[in-house]
Amino acid sequence: MISLLMRDITLAMRAGGGFGLGLAFFLLVAVLVPLGVGPDPITLAKIAPGILWVGALLACLLSLDRLFALDAEDGSLDLLATAPVPLEAVVVIKSLAHWLVTGLPLTVIAPALGLLLNLPTSGYPWLVAAFGLGTPALSVIGAFGAALTVGLKRGGLLLSLLVLPLYVPTLIFGAEVIRRGALGLDATTPLLFLAGITLGSTALLPIASAAAIRVNLR
Amino acid sequence: MRYTRRMTLTVTNLGCTRGGLCVLDGVSFVVKPGQILVLQGPNGIGKTTLLRTIAGLQPPQSGQIAAPADSIAYAAHADGIKPTLTVGENLTFWAAIFGTQNISPALAAIQLTALRSRPATSLSAGQKRRLGLARLLVTGRPIWLMDEPTVSLDTASTALFIAMIASHLGQGGSALIASHIHLGLAAATYLNLTPYANHIAPQPSPFDGVTA
Repeated sequence: MISLLMRDITLAMRAGGGFGLGLAFFLLVAVLVPLGVGPDPITLAKIAPGILWVGALLACLLSLDRLFALDAEDGSLDLLATAPVPLEAVVVIKSLAHWLVTGLPLTVIAPALGLLLNLPTSGYPWLVAAFGLGTPALSVIGAFGAALTVGLKRGGLLLSLLVLPLYVPTLIFGAEVIRRGALGLDATTPLLFLAGITLGSTALLPIASAAAIRVNLR
Repeated sequence: MRYTRRMTLTVTNLGCTRGGLCVLDGVSFVVKPGQILVLQGPNGIGKTTLLRTIAGLQPPQSGQIAAPADSIAYAAHADGIKPTLTVGENLTFWAAIFGTQNISPALAAIQLTALRSRPATSLSAGQKRRLGLARLLVTGRPIWLMDEPTVSLDTASTALFIAMIASHLGQGGSALIASHIHLGLAAATYLNLTPYANHIAPQPSPFDGVTA
């Protein structure tokens, strides 16, 4: 299991692995939005939570179609499905690897981008907390979408259409945590909702993802 | 090393489907330790489908497959090689997944030791196939299912492959090989799948005759 995690991280880091793709996209969004919206600090502070979460969502989406499709193309997925590891565990480990190379870097860089968007100081702890608790859900839900579309060539469009509606609760509660934090209000309730979404999807979706992969391998 | 357990693969009256269509029906055979069975038949007869069914990737349409748990290693058309990992890293990964440690004997058996630290992207098609075969060695499993194992192998590599199979059989292993060419394996029995092909005509599709 550890070896699968290490392999996925190594593959992401090596040439053509796609590490940094989501990060660069996230950076571009946060840099370009102030240029497009204008330099008014009040407007920027108002839209910062939403922009940060939308950027994270789309950045995450960019790398999702590689999650199982590459393994399916080169035959690794067939071999993993016949190996002595449960497919559910394979899904969990691959989601974890995906989070480590996309969600975690986004969480680390988000405060710097909050600065670009003039996020009020009181919002930063909540920003990090919301990203840390919310982005794992993006990887797990995304893995479910990737598992459903694994048999399709160029299934990226369908994957986006399937996954984006499922991302909406994370987006709403994630942005609400930062908005309340920035205004100096108590953001515990949306943060708990966010944690609930992550925990619930981590508990349930890998089982569904593994079932979807089994059907697609037939 | 010998396989500690004696494992027999028994297939009884197996029927299997591809794309919802029944392709083979009533296939029965037994592969005992030390035996090798070569499945033959023209393209599209269902050799790959049969192997995938036995490997557990798809449920059988009818009949039974009896094999001890964790005894089957499956080698598909695609070798599951990651081009950006080295030969050694590729093999070490599969060894770890199957819970075996030492990959050196497998590399030596298939003469890839010199290429161990080369990225797999720089391997030739034949070398990639040999790496795929080495993966079977590190699984430590006694029953090998192989789909066209000699594709893109030259004469020397085919000889290596035959030596590898012979040593596998000598250790009490067995193999089920799908191939449309005669492999020249001395110990092999051959099973032609043509009599088992399902001759029921495909049902007409509701879209037949519909034009855009």
